[in-house]
Amino acid sequence: MAAPAFWFSSVDLTQRPSIESEVPSARLPEPFLKWFSERGWSPRAHQIELLARAQAGRSALLIAPTGAGKTLAGFLPSLVDLATRPKRRPGEAYRGVHTLYISPLKALAVDIERNLAKPVGEMGLPIAMETRTGDTPAHKRQRQKLSPPDILLTTPEQLALLIASKDADRFFRGLRYMVLDELHSLVISKRGHLLSLGLARLRRLVPDLQTIGLSATVAQPDQLRRWLVPQNPPGEMSDLIEVAGGARPEITILASEERVPWAGHSARYAIPEVYEAIRRHKTTLLFVNTRSQAELLFQELWRINEDSLPIALHHGSLDVGQRRRVEKAMEQNALRAIVATSTLDLGIDWGDVDLVVHVGAPKGASRLAQRIGRSNHRMDEPSRAILVPANRFEVLECEAALEANYLGAQDTPPLREGGLDVLAQHVLGCACAGPFEASDLYEEIRNAEPYARLDRETFDKVVAFVATGGYALKSYERFARIRQTKEGLWRISHPRFAQQYRLNVGTIIEAPMLNVRMTRAGRGANVRGGPVLGKVEEYFLETLSPGDTFLLSGKVVRFEGIRENECLVSSAAGSDPKVPYYAGGKFPLSTYLAGEVRAMLADPERWQVLPDQVADWLRLQRDKSVLPGRGELLVETFPRGGRHYMVAYPFEGRLAHQTLGMLLTRRLDRAGGHPLGFVATEYSLAVWGLTDMGAMFASGALPLSKLFDEDMLGDDLEAWLDESWLLKRTFRDCALISGLIEKRHPGQEKSGRQVTVSADLIYDVLRSHEPDHILMRATRADAAAGLLDVRRLSEMLSRISGRIVHKRLDRISPLAVPVMLEIGRERVDGEANDLLLREAADDLIHEAMGEA
Amino acid sequence: MNQAARIEAHAALITVAGEQVLCDPAGVLYVPAARVMAVSDLHLEKGSSLARRGTLIPPYDTAATLARLNEALLRYRPETVISLGDSFHDVEGSARLPQAFRDKLKAMMEGRRWFWIAGNHDPLPPDDLPGRTVDALAVGALTFRHEPSRTGCEGEIAGHLHPGARVVRRGRSVRRACFVADGQRLVMPAFGAFTGTLNVMDEAFAGLFARDRMVAYLLGRDRVYAVAGTQLRSG
Repeated sequence: MAAPAFWFSSVDLTQRPSIESEVPSARLPEPFLKWFSERGWSPRAHQIELLARAQAGRSALLIAPTGAGKTLAGFLPSLVDLATRPKRRPGEAYRGVHTLYISPLKALAVDIERNLAKPVGEMGLPIAMETRTGDTPAHKRQRQKLSPPDILLTTPEQLALLIASKDADRFFRGLRYMVLDELHSLVISKRGHLLSLGLARLRRLVPDLQTIGLSATVAQPDQLRRWLVPQNPPGEMSDLIEVAGGARPEITILASEERVPWAGHSARYAIPEVYEAIRRHKTTLLFVNTRSQAELLFQELWRINEDSLPIALHHGSLDVGQRRRVEKAMEQNALRAIVATSTLDLGIDWGDVDLVVHVGAPKGASRLAQRIGRSNHRMDEPSRAILVPANRFEVLECEAALEANYLGAQDTPPLREGGLDVLAQHVLGCACAGPFEASDLYEEIRNAEPYARLDRETFDKVVAFVATGGYALKSYERFARIRQTKEGLWRISHPRFAQQYRLNVGTIIEAPMLNVRMTRAGRGANVRGGPVLGKVEEYFLETLSPGDTFLLSGKVVRFEGIRENECLVSSAAGSDPKVPYYAGGKFPLSTYLAGEVRAMLADPERWQVLPDQVADWLRLQRDKSVLPGRGELLVETFPRGGRHYMVAYPFEGRLAHQTLGMLLTRRLDRAGGHPLGFVATEYSLAVWGLTDMGAMFASGALPLSKLFDEDMLGDDLEAWLDESWLLKRTFRDCALISGLIEKRHPGQEKSGRQVTVSADLIYDVLRSHEPDHILMRATRADAAAGLLDVRRLSEMLSRISGRIVHKRLDRISPLAVPVMLEIGRERVDGEANDLLLREAADDLIHEAMGEA
Repeated sequence: MNQAARIEAHAALITVAGEQVLCDPAGVLYVPAARVMAVSDLHLEKGSSLARRGTLIPPYDTAATLARLNEALLRYRPETVISLGDSFHDVEGSARLPQAFRDKLKAMMEGRRWFWIAGNHDPLPPDDLPGRTVDALAVGALTFRHEPSRTGCEGEIAGHLHPGARVVRRGRSVRRACFVADGQRLVMPAFGAFTGTLNVMDEAFAGLFARDRMVAYLLGRDRVYAVAGTQLRSG
């Protein structure tokens, strides 16, 4: 049967936002028009415009706020095309995927499938839609390959697997559109690099493939526009459709009758007021920055939940089953409030949220905008949000964020050049799909925006790395994973390497986590366990002793011990955990907000907007110590509890402070200051040690100008980088992503020390024998961009040169309180580690002498 | 200051079954009275062993291990060297040894007695290398053997287990390879560049040492730190 002719009748809808004057008209078939009109709706201007551009053969980027109907807009070209395409002819055995939808979250793919099924069903369109994620059972994946759906909703990792299979060509033959959701969040990570390479490969299979990028508001849309179209030669951009932000959100800062604490992250003081807000609204989303904050807030809310309102908790450490139950309840509007971390950050639709409460400082203005967009998914009504600063620094930051949001200032991190480790993974994947010619592949991958500027020599090194490790000492030729044929094609040398590739695909490296299992108290690690409560990072457990208590899943638990790969805990009496904090989910303060906070601090005129108590705090600091001027660096030194502290206030964000901390402790170590550790916050940095650093500065033994000299970014940075545990951790990630070492899979944990070699040892050996190896390059690039924020630090050092104010105090200052509460989570390698050993060894001597 | 005194300043001189031995921070054991130096678990050619299975980790582990071994030899100038088993990571390891490394190793063996103790990874004598391969070797009251015997053996010096110890102080954790001893028996740390550690609190060590007298000698940057077994942490 031929397709009904009326489907092709075109309708010109001219009410569109005009960005460029030459907008082609869109053709919207009858079932769509009928569907819209039956509901009294009309398609939004940007939806029609995107359709028109797609129908004109263009790729496009749609930037729109949450609630603008972005998803439907993204799929409309596909739905229209599929609705109007001829039916499969008899004898036409196979039709590949028509539209590929990529999202950063599995949950998002599932959510979209559900949302799309409704209009498709109501219009009676003959369209098959399916998801394919890591959770999709093997038989279904197999079936999808034999009989692909028209629309496949999947993730970057699954795309990588699909293009690495031998029948990728056939599977994608009919591909017309690729829809990339939440593009702004994908492009900044290594997952984005992997995806860009996958896209480049698809273009090779389907040269006229059209992309549709969906994004929240970003500072520099041109970067994303380049990302969507081939970049070899570089520079071309996709079309751009921008929808102005909806109604201006109503944001307030919680004005509390209670005292805002000087420090801490719990916002306990505000709990009654937050609870009141929950009672007054239908559904409230409460966002926090870290998991431990989520745990605390949840516990505190339930402590005063006299009406037994259904309040739930959702974060990445919780058991998956528990998370799914919460998501389900949320969907059915069965909850009044949900306490969440960034696991809920992206655009999943969550019932009728009418209030967003943000506890703690929102860090970046873009993040704030995104989180507030969560509330009230109808674009025309204002979103309602309350900011709850947890401490006084955060009051400053919230004020700054508020101004930033109204000013529309945006801060997306700059895009990075494509990771060489990711490229190595992709090269092996390409070999799995079939033999390749190096020059062809080089031309192909440069279509991917992150790799557009990659030089040929580096590319060849990556290929050599995939083949034999690429070492200067060429002793692994006979063990090559890919080999060149006589014709010069690179071919995988054994099927087991394809198997290896499939098991290790992806760029998400999780910190090693242990299950936490409930058991009975006081029996050590020798009892059978009860239910699993969730997971915690291995390195957090390293610092615990049996008997220590911490918060998980809303409970205070007592650490009993580690058995095999599980952490055993028991119920703890009381409600105050001994170890109040664990890492995970920390965000850097954006440059913009940091600058605003610094300016506010230096200008007493601006304190008028602050709550009295916060302004009082700043006045107190001015009286007890001193407040830094806008361009100055304040350094305070004081003794406390048998140690000596130095606190500096650069206000440059945590990353830059962390790097500064590394370099300062290194210098102090050398100068005999015996630093034991440091901790960095968004605002300040504390270093502690056994020697009175204040005395060293004052006596001129170690002038501050010398300690903070810009030359630390030269040799010191290089030397530190090489020895740093941070760099080792980065190396480990690169080694895993590049396929040098394999990920640990369930059941392999016990394979033991004979088989595996720790990445740290590999790093040490490579550093001393081939420091310019391609993986070392990848590691340094990652570290410089991701961990160090060297650029920001360098600007700061030059700014404060000659403007350092040293204040020697006999006790902690008001401004120092927040950072002092963060102490205990960072390590300093070097002499201080040996110092700890010396202390432990001395204990033995005391014991032997009968003194202990 | 004579050489022995200089070495003692950073190594730990302890007694095993009445014999004095030096635990060196580089991970070698020296018996001054007999001028014997022992190293354990070199695991030479571990890199190429894994490379055979497609894990292409750097081929520099043998070079790194031999360089450190050479430093120790120059420091102690022993008459006799005992390589306490698992000298090569697998049975073909010695055959795979690149010629340059073979020459280097031979030069290091020159002019001294050299014993290869058979290990579980290398039960046979190495290819094309001098030295005698034995299952166990007695030196005074000491017996050198790769795997610690389960029946209590006074004076036994063994390897195999790759002991490591963990100390937690002020909320921070330090983990190092170590010698572990109780006056009767000693287990040596693994010396190879790609060898990991197994915590001495692990059950693999159960029954080997008298708990109340057990001491771990952790390898520090330039000295050895003696820490009582009661101070150590598992994990």
